Amino acid sequence: MEIEKPRLIGEDGRRADGRRPGDLRPIHVEVDVLANADGSAYIEQGNTKILAAVYGPKEIHPRHLGLPDRAVLRCRYHMAPFSVEQRKSPAPSRREIELSKVIREALEPALFLEYYPRTAIDVFVEVLQADGGTRCASITAASLALADAGIPMRDLVAAVAAGKVDGLLVLDLTDVEDKHGEADVPLAMMPGLGRVTLLQMDGLLTPEEFKEAVKLAMDGCRRIYALQKEALRERYVRIRKEIEGEGP
Amino acid sequence: MMLFFNRRDLVVPGDLLAEGDYEAGENVFRIDKKFYATRIGLFELKNNKIAVIALNAFYVPKPGDVVIGEVVDVGISSWAVDIKAPKLAILRAVDAIGKGFKPDREELTKVFAVGDTIIAKVKAYDRTRNPVLTVGEPGLGKVTRGRIVRITPSKVPRLIGKKGSMISMLKRETGCQIIIGMNGLVLVRGRRPEDEELVVEAIEKIERESHVEGLTDRVAQMIRRRKSLGDREAQVDRGGWA
Repeated sequence: MEIEKPRLIGEDGRRADGRRPGDLRPIHVEVDVLANADGSAYIEQGNTKILAAVYGPKEIHPRHLGLPDRAVLRCRYHMAPFSVEQRKSPAPSRREIELSKVIREALEPALFLEYYPRTAIDVFVEVLQADGGTRCASITAASLALADAGIPMRDLVAAVAAGKVDGLLVLDLTDVEDKHGEADVPLAMMPGLGRVTLLQMDGLLTPEEFKEAVKLAMDGCRRIYALQKEALRERYVRIRKEIEGEGP
Repeated sequence: MMLFFNRRDLVVPGDLLAEGDYEAGENVFRIDKKFYATRIGLFELKNNKIAVIALNAFYVPKPGDVVIGEVVDVGISSWAVDIKAPKLAILRAVDAIGKGFKPDREELTKVFAVGDTIIAKVKAYDRTRNPVLTVGEPGLGKVTRGRIVRITPSKVPRLIGKKGSMISMLKRETGCQIIIGMNGLVLVRGRRPEDEELVVEAIEKIERESHVEGLTDRVAQMIRRRKSLGDREAQVDRGGWA
């Protein structure tokens, strides 16, 4: 049975949710949301909602999994059964195992793993509600959780996807745009250092369109990066304001 | 030579701190002549060295540090101690009992059992192996009473204060004995539980507000306010003042 493709770009050139092609969805990020984890972060990107928690560096069990020259970064991407319209089995699927690896490899370049041999750093990503762009939002949230855990980082990692829907290059695809669009290009980078840590593509783009999509995604990453930094500062700025407010 | 932040400014990982001929200090990394922050913290420039005082970090053992930890395992000739570092610390029986230790005669649990809190000193650590502790010095050993508070290890210098100003103020004002582990665990022992409670609250305030100037004054003020309040309550209890 073929599902009819919905119209993704309106006559006024706006997308189904009213955004212009180069707009991000509204993003809300918060850090230090879980008391029991060493570091944590929460992100809402449109209807996508993700929680990330970090533990470590800590002793690795079983011992033989440790590496003599660096720490092991372990990552678990998991979708809650209620995160999608049809209940998802809580057991890790092939897709989730792959995304765990993709997220881990996008975060690894930002960490100084060589400083903590024979230890493990655990990253848990829990997708509470999925509406496209979960791998990118997971990377954005996980890198904040790592910073919140006090783990030294070269830079924060920000991620967002660009793609092509109804023949138009757009930023930050939703689930419908991803499913019915022509292409999807998720990209993660360390904007401060100008280094890309994840680049994938699904679909068809001409070389020119691909370059344009990458540029669009990089621009989106820089905007998310600014939000990440603001979220990290927020708590300390709030405490300072509180104190200065009650002072003489 | 360019600086992008002032002293004690809040910085986050990835922030470009400076460009030019500086040295890289703690929580800073360098690419060519650019210096970036690697942790959330406060910017610091001292003798041409750029550093970030972390507001959130974990403990990395250093030989000579006094630490507080919990015994989590007892082996044949050693204990495993959780000192809130990336690796468990090892306390060898020889370093606790003395040279005459015979594994076949002595029961290690009689000295330290699982769950015991101990004050120890880091004897050796080199990142590739687990840190080794010792308790063979006066003042070290099992903790029998008091309360433990945990702070971020990078804030220990702030808790001590300049030339010990903060910690001596706390001790003077509350009459409590305070032992600070470099790993961020602090042992508070007082005559009354209320005194201990006051110190715990003060330490939590230091942990929370360490990035805002005038901390010692604020803490001293809080303690005095709480003490006068406590006195009044005590008076009311005894039927006075009311």
